[in-house]
Amino acid sequence: MDKKKPNLLRSLGIGLVVLAVLFIYAYGFQVTKVNLAETKSEHRREQLTRILRALAHPELFSYETEDTMVSLPVMVPCPEGGFQPETPDTSEPYLVMTPACGKGLKIAIVEGFNFEPFSSGPLNFRPADSEVNLQLGSIKVDRDGHFEIEVRLSNRPNDKVQELQAITRRNVGAPSLTRTAFETWDKIVETVFIALLATTLGTLLALPLSFLAARNLMKDVKSSLISMSLSILFIPVGFYIGIKVASWSLPVSVMLTGNPFVAIAGLLILPIIIWSGARFALSQSEDEKPLLNTRLIRWLVVAIIALVLIVVLHLLSNQAMLGGNNAAKLLGSFDFLGLFVRDLGDILGIVIGTVTAIVSAGILNSLAGRLGLILNRKSGTLIHILQVTLATTAGALLFFLLAAMINWFYQFNNTMGFFTAAASIGGILGFILGLINNPERSMPTGMIVYFVSRTILNATRSVEPLVMVIIFVVWVGIGPFAGSMALALHTIAALGKLYSEQVENIMAGPLEAVRATGANRLQTIIYAVIPQIIPPYISFTMYRWDINVRMSTIIGFAGGGGIGFLLIQNINVLNYRAASAQMLAIAIVVASMDYISSVVRERFV
Amino acid sequence: MLKIQNLTKIYDGGVLALDKVSFEVPQGQFTAIIGLSGSGKSTLLRCINRLVEPTSGDIFWNGTNITKANDDELRLIRRKIGMVFQHFNLVHRSSVLTNVLAGRLGYVNPIMSLFNRFPKSDIENAFKQLERVGIADKAHSRADELSGGQQQRVGIARAMIQEPDIILADEPVASLDPVLAHSIMQYLEKINKEEGVTILCSLHFLDLVHRYADRVVALNEGKLMFDGKPTDIDDKKFKDIYGREAERVG
Repeated sequence: MDKKKPNLLRSLGIGLVVLAVLFIYAYGFQVTKVNLAETKSEHRREQLTRILRALAHPELFSYETEDTMVSLPVMVPCPEGGFQPETPDTSEPYLVMTPACGKGLKIAIVEGFNFEPFSSGPLNFRPADSEVNLQLGSIKVDRDGHFEIEVRLSNRPNDKVQELQAITRRNVGAPSLTRTAFETWDKIVETVFIALLATTLGTLLALPLSFLAARNLMKDVKSSLISMSLSILFIPVGFYIGIKVASWSLPVSVMLTGNPFVAIAGLLILPIIIWSGARFALSQSEDEKPLLNTRLIRWLVVAIIALVLIVVLHLLSNQAMLGGNNAAKLLGSFDFLGLFVRDLGDILGIVIGTVTAIVSAGILNSLAGRLGLILNRKSGTLIHILQVTLATTAGALLFFLLAAMINWFYQFNNTMGFFTAAASIGGILGFILGLINNPERSMPTGMIVYFVSRTILNATRSVEPLVMVIIFVVWVGIGPFAGSMALALHTIAALGKLYSEQVENIMAGPLEAVRATGANRLQTIIYAVIPQIIPPYISFTMYRWDINVRMSTIIGFAGGGGIGFLLIQNINVLNYRAASAQMLAIAIVVASMDYISSVVRERFV
Repeated sequence: MLKIQNLTKIYDGGVLALDKVSFEVPQGQFTAIIGLSGSGKSTLLRCINRLVEPTSGDIFWNGTNITKANDDELRLIRRKIGMVFQHFNLVHRSSVLTNVLAGRLGYVNPIMSLFNRFPKSDIENAFKQLERVGIADKAHSRADELSGGQQQRVGIARAMIQEPDIILADEPVASLDPVLAHSIMQYLEKINKEEGVTILCSLHFLDLVHRYADRVVALNEGKLMFDGKPTDIDDKKFKDIYGREAERVG
């Protein structure tokens, strides 16, 4: 009895599950509006046949056609005494209608003889008093040059002689590519290049990000609360200084750009200064720590060459923009090369500012780290008080910056109140942390960076490029540029995650061996991490390009350029034969990308 | 002079890997560390150059306390400590030369090294080290094209180019056949005898210990069980180190 009970319960449970599954699917059918009647209806089936046949005939080739026109006079209604057209010349193609005339002919049979076998075309009615052609039907000539078609003719308001006209078309000469074929070619090339640009940009930016999102590299990065607070305080300052320095050096380089000779001389001489300065300041190797004086002088030289470098890069960017523009005018149909140089110069100009800001933030961050190390040497109450002060300030600053970001989106009315509240909360949290934390304990800085970058990557990745492109269309206008930007953003997030997982999978042995030689973090990445991740990185980049080609075929649906733009247009105007040409192009490109990427991946993995 | 005092390591999961280990190694000694797998040999070696952070205790080396060093100081300490690994730990896809030059990373200018630029003297030195272990002709091969014994010789060259005062060898011959094992041990012996480099080497086979080591330190479950001459390990000591069930072979 005891044994049976659970069995009964079990069967009951299974029964309930089955019922629940049935219910779920029944509801699913209702929600998705499953309509089997439609699939069976004659009308729908005809349409389906039509569209499938259209899709099977991509509009790629066209022929010169030769029309054969044959006319037959008719009268509706019959005049008094009847109407009989002249006896046709039976050696030529001719038409016969039975009956030859009538009053409101419901059914008349038109027959054609001696036509070109297997040709086809329309049968038109041409009223005598107007220029219009009314198509009565299409004719298909059989192998004997004969066709037969039923037509319906309504009464005309006059008693003039009307005309029936049969036109048959025949393809002559060699096939030639259609306009659709050319447009499709244009757009498929655009599509592949959208994918290429998006993948390149995405890879370049995902590469450094992937190290920040790799657990095995970040978990050992630890610093004291004092160092961390100093970093939070110093990094924004570093960004600010970097941006300022970059914008200060801009006028200097603009001044040099004015005269082409000065500019070229500058481009030649300044790099030499940088090179010799670098040779002086960056010693090849050192066994002992150099004296403070030497180090100060070196730092000064490094700072100067950094400034000169920024000026040179600005100069280079300006010259590239000028030179590229001028070259474009000279190059004629190859003007895109000149414009490319101009755009590269422009990109360089944008990048200089950003990179200077990041580098300067990095320098101040490492300065903060060093200061933190020096401070952490000491111990006692004083250092604890310092920790509380720094943690409070850093907390306030961090929350203030976050509040500023939120405020930028939401535009609160009481801005000052919001900022004060945020900064106070941050300050209080920092204060509590500073109070309870032992100054000697190290904080998991690396893991914080890891979680933040992972979260950002995951959030960005979850937005489809088709949605992102809407934002970029607003920013840079409809077209392939918006598409490549949207795809690039998505690629950064997707590749960043894939790359970081590859970094997490590397062999730990070489990593610890290189660390054991006294290499610093960056050296360890260059010598132990990068050689190990090159094959998977190449493989994933190829895979991503493959995905991006597929994505860029539909990114045009949302205004992102590429072949999708053409495809959606043709679908909307029901031009299925043209749409079919584009689908064919997509299929060919995707399949060949698939093949190429698998070959390349096999090579490297 | 390496002085280890009350060194304790408890891993995150609560595993006690080292339990108040203390001993001293004078400069120029060849010391073998023995014990079962999991007895703490690797942890001990890795605590010395802080690849593993000790939980408590001190390691003094020529007067500096390694456990208290900050990141910058640690780099300067590490570059004077060479390390050789059981699985060689070469970067497979890099050339043998690059693997050896990696040993100079603690010395060279960090910025130049990011672009794979090494001083001429270092490159010459790398060839000299490779010649010394007899594989100078393989300098431009990829590291994973080499056999196990050759890879370990690259490992030794990488440690030697650091101009180390001490070499930590973590079961350097455990993945090699007996013939190769002796040849690798002989290289270490030569380095020890000719250049006076202290060698701290964990080993599995007692015959190797008898043949090469001046002194033995034995660990069992993180505790120091024996410290003395290899010849002093009698049957009782052997059972203390390796457990009641163990049988002596060879």
